[in-house]
Amino acid sequence: MSPNKAGGAIGAAVTLANVSKTYATREGLPVQALDAINLEMTPGSFVACVGPSGCGKSTMLSLLAGLIPSSEGEIRIDGEVVCKAHPKVGVVFQSDLLLYWRTVLGNVLLPLEIKKQRTEASHDQVLELLKQVGLEGFADKYPSELSGGMRQRVALSRALIQEPGLLLMDEPFAALDALTREKLIVDLEAMWLRLGNTVLFITHGIDEAVFLADRVVVMSPRPGKIVLDLKIEISRPRKWGSAHEDPLFLGYVRQIRKIFEAQGVL
Amino acid sequence: MARLFENSAATLLILTVLLVWQIAVIVSGISEFVLPSPLQIAIRLVEERWLLLSHAGVTAFEVLSGFLTSAVIGIPLALAIFYSPIFERAIYPVLVGMQTIPKIVLAPILVLYLGYGWAPKIVLAFLISFFPIVISTVVGLQSLDKGLVNLVRSMGATEAQIFFKIRLPAALPNIFGGFKVAISLAVIGAVIGEYIAADKGLGYLQLQANSQFDTTLNFAAVVVISSVGIGLYSILNWLESKVSFRRERAT
Repeated sequence: MSPNKAGGAIGAAVTLANVSKTYATREGLPVQALDAINLEMTPGSFVACVGPSGCGKSTMLSLLAGLIPSSEGEIRIDGEVVCKAHPKVGVVFQSDLLLYWRTVLGNVLLPLEIKKQRTEASHDQVLELLKQVGLEGFADKYPSELSGGMRQRVALSRALIQEPGLLLMDEPFAALDALTREKLIVDLEAMWLRLGNTVLFITHGIDEAVFLADRVVVMSPRPGKIVLDLKIEISRPRKWGSAHEDPLFLGYVRQIRKIFEAQGVL
Repeated sequence: MARLFENSAATLLILTVLLVWQIAVIVSGISEFVLPSPLQIAIRLVEERWLLLSHAGVTAFEVLSGFLTSAVIGIPLALAIFYSPIFERAIYPVLVGMQTIPKIVLAPILVLYLGYGWAPKIVLAFLISFFPIVISTVVGLQSLDKGLVNLVRSMGATEAQIFFKIRLPAALPNIFGGFKVAISLAVIGAVIGEYIAADKGLGYLQLQANSQFDTTLNFAAVVVISSVGIGLYSILNWLESKVSFRRERAT
């Protein structure tokens, strides 16, 4: 698959205009998860969203994935209003959610089967994609035969095979050990530089947010509001190894930490 | 390799038990109608093969009919319980409660209504194998990770796709678990039915043998009843290996 050899062509434009979400709890009391979110993502940009637990980050992701409706406001992807699952969206969750009865190949083919887009060429497309994410030769393995990091790479491939204009990632590396996580962070940047999808990356990790993103959006505790929209101006490709000595990188990290400290999150 | 060793160890154990039994019978000089030796039983099995086989056919038919009826009614009912909140609230607790009733006590009543033919045996086999199928199917359907549903919804999956692509495959290990419990219970149901009132079947043959103090034939019937159970269980096992990916392999 080579959706983007030309550079940045597949990234979708994403707009959240005044989006709020209020849930009803089991007792019937309303709980506001998101409060008037305004966010514009330019095509091909990498936006990271950090915030404390329960601040509505995942709610925002569910709204963008079309899994739940918003209470107020409007979400658009390439100009189209999102009210159900949007074909241009691919999602990677914290848990890899691989089907244990399918091989790696079968798992990555799943979205194409569901979207009825599976063709003769799909098989080769998957193999090519697996090669790109570092899983060459693993197509016929079952998820149980893979490590946590490899499983998450399969989950990423399953999202990417859909050639998503918008790639949503919900704490995708949170369940991995530190070393595997670092490797995946670095590989994700390289992958994204090659493909050019618009990415919304939700995380607790301030360092991975600053390292990966063009913009870091910081959210307040519930009801989630955007309290800082920080442009990260570090040249790409970035270097994970030396990032933690880079004064610019550390400055961004400190700036975000300060907000969390002020809010009593840290 | 480990599996092979395990199996040969089990075979060795069984052979040892049979050998000790054989020797004990010979050494003690106990009479055949009190305790026949394994060899005597084996000889009887061969001698009476046609008699045993014809009764086994009857019992197997009753077991299979009862079991299949359970599956045909049980699985749609489990789907209804899973997909309809009304069914779940109204029927599921009743079913779980009825699971505690020993179905065998219904056997005399069934004979009263359905007579001496195969009908009460099939109904008993059905009643006894029905609950495990329904309950394990419901549990299997409920076992699906909510995250998986969200994942395929985000791909735009329809309810039918969710069912066939993920919910059913994820439920299959539970469904087959229920089937295996059910088929063993169905054998019990059919044989009990034959004990109550019958003119054929392996349970009937056992009573006949008893009344003639033919302990060896009685034991031979036990061997054949077990074989019917094991055979049906093996068929399910084989079927499962064809359609379902076992969870054990996923751990």
